[in-house]
Amino acid sequence: MENKDIKLINEDGTRIDGRRPDELRPIRMKVGLLERADGSAYLEWGGNKILAAVYGPREMYPKHQQDPARAVVRARYSMAPFSVDERKRPGPDRRSVELSMVISNALSAAVLTEEFPRTVIDVFIEVLQADAGTRIAGLTAASLALADAGIPMRDLVVGCTAGKIEGVVVLDLNKEEDNYGEADVPLGILPRTGEIVLFQMDGMMTEEELCTALDMAYNAAMEIHRMQVKALKDVYMKEAEEGGE
Amino acid sequence: MSTKLTESIMSEIKREYIESALSRGERIDGRGMDEFREIKIEKGIIPRAEGSAMVTLGNTKVLAGIKVEPGEPFPDTPDRGVMTTNAELVPVASPTFEPGPPGEDAVELARVVDRGIRESGMIDLGALVVEPGEKVWIVFIDLYILDYDGNLFDASSLAAVAALTDTVVPAERWDLGEDFKLPVTKLPVSTTFVKIGKNILLDPSRDEEAIAQARITVTTTEGGMINAVQKGLSGTFTMDEVRKVINKSIVIGEQVRERYLR
Repeated sequence: MENKDIKLINEDGTRIDGRRPDELRPIRMKVGLLERADGSAYLEWGGNKILAAVYGPREMYPKHQQDPARAVVRARYSMAPFSVDERKRPGPDRRSVELSMVISNALSAAVLTEEFPRTVIDVFIEVLQADAGTRIAGLTAASLALADAGIPMRDLVVGCTAGKIEGVVVLDLNKEEDNYGEADVPLGILPRTGEIVLFQMDGMMTEEELCTALDMAYNAAMEIHRMQVKALKDVYMKEAEEGGE
Repeated sequence: MSTKLTESIMSEIKREYIESALSRGERIDGRGMDEFREIKIEKGIIPRAEGSAMVTLGNTKVLAGIKVEPGEPFPDTPDRGVMTTNAELVPVASPTFEPGPPGEDAVELARVVDRGIRESGMIDLGALVVEPGEKVWIVFIDLYILDYDGNLFDASSLAAVAALTDTVVPAERWDLGEDFKLPVTKLPVSTTFVKIGKNILLDPSRDEEAIAQARITVTTTEGGMINAVQKGLSGTFTMDEVRKVINKSIVIGEQVRERYLR
């Protein structure tokens, strides 16, 4: 996928948007902004704009998908038609089916599902504007929305991507880097234990490069986790001070 | 529903059996932790297809068929052929597989197999152009799961790769010159592990898969390159486990490539 016209790394080692190889894009999070949802979060990460809402635990339909021993965490990742350069046809495509699945799996690892047998916890992730790294941004927002909904969890879920561009392992690819780079490594973790709940990779990397990318994404995820905690405190500490709900 | 219940009771009994064997460092079929079941590859069994291969991995059977037809390139890659991968969990393969459009398991399977082949550059797509921007060869990889006894990822990947090495582009049929062998440059191999308790096992059987907490597939090619990773299921891995799996995948992938694909 190399494109000779675009140079992704400058002479001084910085990237096309001026970042260092291990530097994150700006991230902003807000918790609890939707009226009807049981929990919600909004996240901006670089040019990504992502809304997550949680409904549930509620009765599982279709019924045959009920699990008698635990709740099913059912995430749906969806991209708005206007979120990308060329209009995306509405509705699920194969990519979003797969991403919904890996995000559901990652969130299930954190939620104490055994507390709500036979129910479903619906998590809707709407990508309003996409700028690379949407699955991890969506996962990070979704876990905030679950916390906002008061769903008991072992931990928040947080992640980051790393990748390779022009032979250099870098953190948090932007759109151009994702399009013309050589590899993409999304990683999701439980920050308290460091366990890995989401891990995908595609591209071309040596073992050493992949391990470097994993370390980079892991360390960044820990940093983003601190932002998550702050975003939750911003809402709930304030409520507590004001007498709370 | 009743099938599900029976299976979950069965899996409780098997769980104890599998786990007690693992606690002694053994697998119930006597394999080592990093050992594949017996692999058999038969190529060319569907002559009507442009390429085909039946892979038997233990009792799992996957048939891959390749069709190649002329068509339009993608606008952003006018000078490259196109490849697409589809997987069908055919109802003959298991009482739990139902007819109908591919569900999320089939979509994940097809996309993970696709990524390994695509990212390795296995097919020289640049050599599949008839007229740049107008007409290129489209390679359709269709995976038919015929008998499900665990580890569809590796069986399907092997079947797809073997079938592609068997493929002849039918140019004469379309009046586009002489037939030619599909240009293949790499041989990607996928290796799938599951985690049961603290044990990490290569090539899970169906029983092992049924009780696994987490799964990971790593696809590697010549020169120790890694092309695709997919972590599956809702369990977790530690960073240390992931590093070990990546390293093993490179070593075992090379052995499979030498023994079965060269």
